[in-house]
Amino acid sequence: MRRTGLAVLALLALFGCGGAAHDTRTTIRFWGMGREGEVVSDLARDFERENPDVHVIVQGIPWTAAHAKLLTAHVGRSLPDCFQLGNTWVAEFTALHAIDPLTPWLAASRAIDTHDQFPGVWDTNVMGGVVYGVPWYVDTRVLFYRRDLLARAGYDSIPQSWVEWRRAMEAVKRVVGKDRYAILLPANEWTQPVIFGLQNGATLLADHDTRADFEDPAFEQAFAFFLGLFRDGLAPPVTNNEIANVYQEFERGTFAMYITGPWNVGEFRNRLAPEHQSAWTTSPLPGPRGAASGISLAGGSSLVLSRAGEHKQAAWRFIEYLCRPEVQARFTHLTGDLPARPSVWADTAITKEPALAAFKTQLERVVSTPKLPEWEEIANRLQDQAEGPIRGKVPADSALARLDRDVNAMLEKRRWLLEHGKLLVERPAEARMAQR
Amino acid sequence: MKGSIERRQAQAGRWFVLPALTLIGVFFFVPVVVGLVLSLTDFDIYAIGDPSIARFVGAGNYVEILRNPVFWKALGNTLYFVFASGPLMMIVSLAAALLLNAKLARARGFFRTAYFLPVVTTIVAVSIVWRYLYHPHYGWLNFALGKLGIPPIDWLGDPHWAMPAIIVLAVWKNFGYNMLIYLAGLQGIPEELYEAAHLDGAGWWGRFVHVTLPGLGPTMLFVSITTLLNQFQLFAEPYVMTQGGPLQSTMTLVLFLYEQGFRWWRMGMAAAIAFLLFLIMLTGTLIQLRLSRERTR
Repeated sequence: MRRTGLAVLALLALFGCGGAAHDTRTTIRFWGMGREGEVVSDLARDFERENPDVHVIVQGIPWTAAHAKLLTAHVGRSLPDCFQLGNTWVAEFTALHAIDPLTPWLAASRAIDTHDQFPGVWDTNVMGGVVYGVPWYVDTRVLFYRRDLLARAGYDSIPQSWVEWRRAMEAVKRVVGKDRYAILLPANEWTQPVIFGLQNGATLLADHDTRADFEDPAFEQAFAFFLGLFRDGLAPPVTNNEIANVYQEFERGTFAMYITGPWNVGEFRNRLAPEHQSAWTTSPLPGPRGAASGISLAGGSSLVLSRAGEHKQAAWRFIEYLCRPEVQARFTHLTGDLPARPSVWADTAITKEPALAAFKTQLERVVSTPKLPEWEEIANRLQDQAEGPIRGKVPADSALARLDRDVNAMLEKRRWLLEHGKLLVERPAEARMAQR
Repeated sequence: MKGSIERRQAQAGRWFVLPALTLIGVFFFVPVVVGLVLSLTDFDIYAIGDPSIARFVGAGNYVEILRNPVFWKALGNTLYFVFASGPLMMIVSLAAALLLNAKLARARGFFRTAYFLPVVTTIVAVSIVWRYLYHPHYGWLNFALGKLGIPPIDWLGDPHWAMPAIIVLAVWKNFGYNMLIYLAGLQGIPEELYEAAHLDGAGWWGRFVHVTLPGLGPTMLFVSITTLLNQFQLFAEPYVMTQGGPLQSTMTLVLFLYEQGFRWWRMGMAAAIAFLLFLIMLTGTLIQLRLSRERTR
């Protein structure tokens, strides 16, 4: 009996000591999504070699479940110390008080150069003048086009103003003929009308994002330009589902232009036949008043610190490590994601793909969509309301009036928060200071 | 003396049911009450960050839902599903049970397992296979229709065909459960009744109508009520196959609730939809009970 007791004690001592003696390291948890979540394990091992006092547990979560998982983790107080966050979600997680301001960390950081950033992407992480995330990788949308079809229409590149661009589309349409189109603008995507609106100077929302402003002349004009492309047969009024296989149709010449993101560069390389590879390329988006107004959307993912995290110092060191130029270059080799730091773009992973050059130019001209938790729902509503006018069933002005009414109803809570001083409000001067 | 034993027994009984009652209370009644309170507030994404921001809105959520055209669309779709797939499900599962119960049936164990397999297979795996079957260009279903000279149908992409496609999938996925219950019911009908009917000269149909159906009465009531309750809560099939589209033709009440609650984080609104759904289902069940009572009378 006594012997068993001793044995138990010995065992306990063994396990007790084992835990303590082996791991004096600080353990931090990191969540990454999709492909990024897979490759970050490799980067974490290298980080541990450099920082023997920190142990990183990496968990990958699929993109489709990421949003709900992060939110439920926040409610259940089990968010990891640091994690990847799509930069359009930063506003929401700031409103939830789930993530920490990074301004003090950045002020003391030598690893993260706030000047070596794309300003538009950086801005997506700034709420009310305070920085909440550091860009990890970036993306945006540019114009993919069939060089051969444009050449047959008499153009050797995409004209950079709306008027000229539209003329080029008309020329392409004349060359390709019936049942073929100059451009594909899927009727079930909100991005295109939003991009055109932002290019034309529309703010989409007004009064600290508490009121809809889609009936603003800047947006109305852009929307009219967008709808005109369908009305005049330059773009087919169809959704993505009706197209079935975008790559096949692009190869067949069903449409000569398509606005999409960097993930499709690889897809076009893989899916189009080798003899068609020289026939396509990319261009920065045209704008209403020439190249400078040809802005696009600032996308990508950021790295953030959980407010409830216990090891912020160690977690911040890991974020700094991931943002180092040489680690960024390695990350780009592993994932094909575009690096957040312009200085890394000289790396071979990028320079050997000519179609990526347009992205570099475009990333200097990107803006954030309105930064509020309701944005995705607003964008979806815009998409629903745009489908009628695209198909020629509803007049544009009544669709926009309905959109304004719906969005205003959605934003009632924000107006109440603003009136009661509970809304994080952007102060332009501070925002500019935080950026620099 | 006897009374005190009874009292003591009753007390012991109370102690025995206490754990179960506690569990039901904590995990069922408390959440229901919390849900009811939640449905009277505008608890949203801002309130998740700071609960003091939630406002009491009374019946506001309910009024807003009743004014929302998507709710009516979802209600219509759900009723369409319930009334189309309910009878279909009853017939298919009863037919399968009769086949398995037939004296001539061979390899009963195999077929029983095979028919029940879809019930226990996860819907995500099932949906991948069915998406292939329904594929407009490469799908087996359109291939078979093509052989019959019927032009291809975009099953999941066409607003008119998406719901029928979901109904077929849901019936196939779930009939096995009801089939098992019917099988148990069929085995409870005494053999003598069939013999007597046979001697009286009743044919197959006569025995089915006058022996089998009355014998299955209570089973059918149970099956019809559980089927109704399950079908009002249609969610997984459209969620994995169509996400409610195209043009909201497969948007159901629970999918609508899910979107409000877990996509747009309007928890108050989602709770209110849940209570409306509860009222609708309660009404449905009461009507069904009344009908069956009148029939037995």
